[in-house]
Amino acid sequence: MCETCGCGDPHSHEHDSANPHSHGHVHDSSHGHPAPARTLSVQKPALALNQRLADQNRGWFRAKGLKVFNLLSSPGSGKTTLLERTLRDIPRAAAIVGDLQTENDAVRLRASGAQAVQITTGATCHLDAHMVAHALEKLDVDGLETLFIENVGNLVCPASYDLGEDRRVVLLSVTEGEDKPLKYPVIFRNADLVLVTKCDLAAATGFDREKALASIRQAAPRAKILEVSARTGAGLDAWYAWLAG
Amino acid sequence: MHELSLMTNLLDDAVAAAAGAPVRAMRVRVGPLSGIVVDSLRFAFEALSPGTPADGARLDIEETAPSLHCPRCGTDFSTPVGSYDCPSCGATDGELRSGNELELVSIEVPDHV
Repeated sequence: MCETCGCGDPHSHEHDSANPHSHGHVHDSSHGHPAPARTLSVQKPALALNQRLADQNRGWFRAKGLKVFNLLSSPGSGKTTLLERTLRDIPRAAAIVGDLQTENDAVRLRASGAQAVQITTGATCHLDAHMVAHALEKLDVDGLETLFIENVGNLVCPASYDLGEDRRVVLLSVTEGEDKPLKYPVIFRNADLVLVTKCDLAAATGFDREKALASIRQAAPRAKILEVSARTGAGLDAWYAWLAG
Repeated sequence: MHELSLMTNLLDDAVAAAAGAPVRAMRVRVGPLSGIVVDSLRFAFEALSPGTPADGARLDIEETAPSLHCPRCGTDFSTPVGSYDCPSCGATDGELRSGNELELVSIEVPDHV
């Protein structure tokens, strides 16, 4: 039984109610003709539970005075490298990081001196609000001002899950296709900031900057765009100013 | 990619709403910006429903169009996914009013239960 969210309850309820119904189904189909049916209105989002837990997380973050950023991108676009540098450069920040397996990213991030909590999702392709709520139990938030949640590298599923964050940051590295925002419109649509990363590699990869910026503006018309390199430090001042804003 | 877990939620909600009755049909509303692949959702239903009260139920999927509101000129409009330009004034920052939903709208249960 989970004290944060009561997560033992819905599952046991579902299991309790699952078994007896098979009798009803067998009985009903034995008539050999379709029985009249009635419609019951439900109107319930599939992610209602996640939304409830995300709202709880958000309330908790507010109460603790934490500003929270959800970082989303494809694998290998530089989320962890950006955070390694960011956690060294800005004070009173910590990270929660999600991967399918290994503690590697949290170990990398802790080398900055900041707290980092790893969530290993097993086979799950995204973080959800429930996983984040439990990760928060392992975090000492006294004195913290900024929390980064590095999502599982994936441009599809994490878009659907509110974690309770204040802002969503989507990364696009110059080693990816310039039209990626158009191919994955849902995740870019909800971005507050799009960070173009690895800008030090732009010349080597033949990155078409104007085409990429146009793609981002089309897919994420409401997002601010910043160009950075965590390796050289280019553009990081603007990133830190945005975080503080 | 997470259609299986979402269908698990939808089936649980359908079974709970049926309150002991078998589920004859489920009506699910899917927005084009939900990130949901309808074929994958159907596959998940076929995979997960056997052995539950929704075994053999009909899955009705209602696909919606994105609905946007232009903050500049006030026009309500719908456009293909990935393009949010206002058809009246050309503003590019339409506010999404609906289109990212995934919800269980209703279920059908036998009349005599």
